[in-house]
Amino acid sequence: MAAETPAPASAEPLIQVEKFNYAYGDHQVLFDVDLNMRREDVTALIGPSGCGKSTLIRSINRINDLVESARVVSGQIKIDGVDIYTPEVDVISLRRNVGMVFQKYNPFPRSIFENAVYGLRVAGIKDRHDLEEAAERSLKAAALWDEVKDRLHQMATGLSGGQQQRLCIARAIALQPRILLMDEPCAALDPIATARIEELIHQLRGQYTFVIVTHNMEQAKRIADRTAFFYKGKLIEEDDTMTIFNHPGNPLTESYITGRLT
Amino acid sequence: MSPVPTTENPFAGDNSGIQKRETIARWALRVGSYIVVIITVAIMLHIFIKGAPVTFQSKWPFVNTQFLTELPATLHVIEDKQGNHYETDVNGADAIKKKLGDNFRAEKTISYSGGGILGPIVGTALLVIVSVGVALFLGVACAIYLSEYAKHGKFLELVRLAILNLAGVPSVVFGLFGLGAFVLTAPVFVDVPADRSVFAIPLGFTTLSFEGWDTCVLSGGFTLAFVILPVIITASEQCLQAVPQGFRETSMALGATRWQTIRYSVLPFATPGILTSSILGIARAAGETAPIMFTAALAFKDKLPWQKDLPPLPADASIFAHWDQSVSRFLGIFTESVQALPYHIYTLAAKIPQNEYAERAQYGSVFVFLVLVASLAASSVLLRKRLRAKYRW
Repeated sequence: MAAETPAPASAEPLIQVEKFNYAYGDHQVLFDVDLNMRREDVTALIGPSGCGKSTLIRSINRINDLVESARVVSGQIKIDGVDIYTPEVDVISLRRNVGMVFQKYNPFPRSIFENAVYGLRVAGIKDRHDLEEAAERSLKAAALWDEVKDRLHQMATGLSGGQQQRLCIARAIALQPRILLMDEPCAALDPIATARIEELIHQLRGQYTFVIVTHNMEQAKRIADRTAFFYKGKLIEEDDTMTIFNHPGNPLTESYITGRLT
Repeated sequence: MSPVPTTENPFAGDNSGIQKRETIARWALRVGSYIVVIITVAIMLHIFIKGAPVTFQSKWPFVNTQFLTELPATLHVIEDKQGNHYETDVNGADAIKKKLGDNFRAEKTISYSGGGILGPIVGTALLVIVSVGVALFLGVACAIYLSEYAKHGKFLELVRLAILNLAGVPSVVFGLFGLGAFVLTAPVFVDVPADRSVFAIPLGFTTLSFEGWDTCVLSGGFTLAFVILPVIITASEQCLQAVPQGFRETSMALGATRWQTIRYSVLPFATPGILTSSILGIARAAGETAPIMFTAALAFKDKLPWQKDLPPLPADASIFAHWDQSVSRFLGIFTESVQALPYHIYTLAAKIPQNEYAERAQYGSVFVFLVLVASLAASSVLLRKRLRAKYRW
């Protein structure tokens, strides 16, 4: 088919979603989702608002546990073959391995440095030198270092929106997670800041396994290896991004990406 | 066809009375608002005109230091035959009488109206410290639990209802509760339980006896704490809720536990609001009379809480050389009964015969009290302004 990139060497899936059903109280939002996400791939989740893609991404690090009445009805999400919803899984260490960047950039109203090392601090790392090193490493990785290195101890809320979002990415990768979840990371940003985030994702691909929820078709085309289309809580189609956009297998997918389905 | 020019105004109102009713309604509401403003200003002016001359004076240092630094005392007023009045205390009375000799005509004594009001100021300060300390600890703990841990449901609704009801309980009921709970039955560690002890648990080295804390700062402070608890819980919970949910999610997504999240990413940003509301709690606690009537306040006391007939500590010593004694003497302050400003005003106004001297003491106390409460309220507004500017998100 139209796969333009050669298949990655490790084709074995890192994240396996199996017959996943999820509900808020009695209101079911995900139905029998089966989805594999490969190691070091960028997977984009697309679909109209309320289709369940955000719920799915927020289930991968179990941050949705915070939402009252949210529950797994049946099915599993496995990371490296381990079902993350079993009691043996410590949700804290899960979240250290599965970082997340939210839609609205929301650094804490603290200094840039404190934001960058927040995850390390709560993990109990106290050594000043280690923290400084980690802050520099993650800020460099997030392409923010040159802009903030002279004002690390100023309030993060004084940065521009795009810088704040990159700081949020730096904060997530400071913990050196294996997976990076991004829930509409550019929804609140202007086109220039969006371009910088996309560039950053390009730079980081290969180091992390990305899962990105996006409403922006062009963005999905530009950054994703694989794209999954959701509609009304069901996974309609999942394939190579180019295949999805050029030769969608399902008429629903086609009407969505051509803007006829909202 | 061009419109016929006419002298009649097409937009003239009809005479249905709608306009009239509108005017009446507007004026009724306006007059109501003005009355409120006038009453407020009248209260302030009344207190200021009557009270300021007692507190301030025209000579240096412009503040009546005697009124602010002395304990209340009985005022002696001696009149000579020319109609001159001499105000003095009990010690000065004899000297003046001797000096006047035959010129002496009459002597009046007015209880509590001489001296100053240091005792009530100190007592109110101690009560406020204890009550706000207790109420902040309990209230913030309760608010954190309700806001961050408790699951929404029937139980939470019940707790909220209980807190609302607590806010509606008349303060004299709190006073009676404090009398029963803290003055008469609260637990203390003693070697030998008193006869009135409700219940005693021997612990070997000591006995935990439910014999009450007696009338003291501690009893009054705890009682006042329950009076202001609903205010503090409700305000704290609102402040916690105002912290964006995103902070909690982000913090947890970075591998923080729930308590770490609260500790580092919720409480710091809610603290300004909590502090502001607790300052208003201070004003409330300082102003309550009924809860302390049975639990802490005395009509008259000629000693400050730390003035006791105890042997002085050896002169060689810094306070650290006799640490345990110093500590127990410090804690002893809180087991003393005290005078308090609201109760002092009540005594002056209702418990002694009224005359110009008693009135002067009343208005002086009320003025000082009002200034204290107003400055607390003002500092709360300032604090909120400054912290709001600092913590934006």
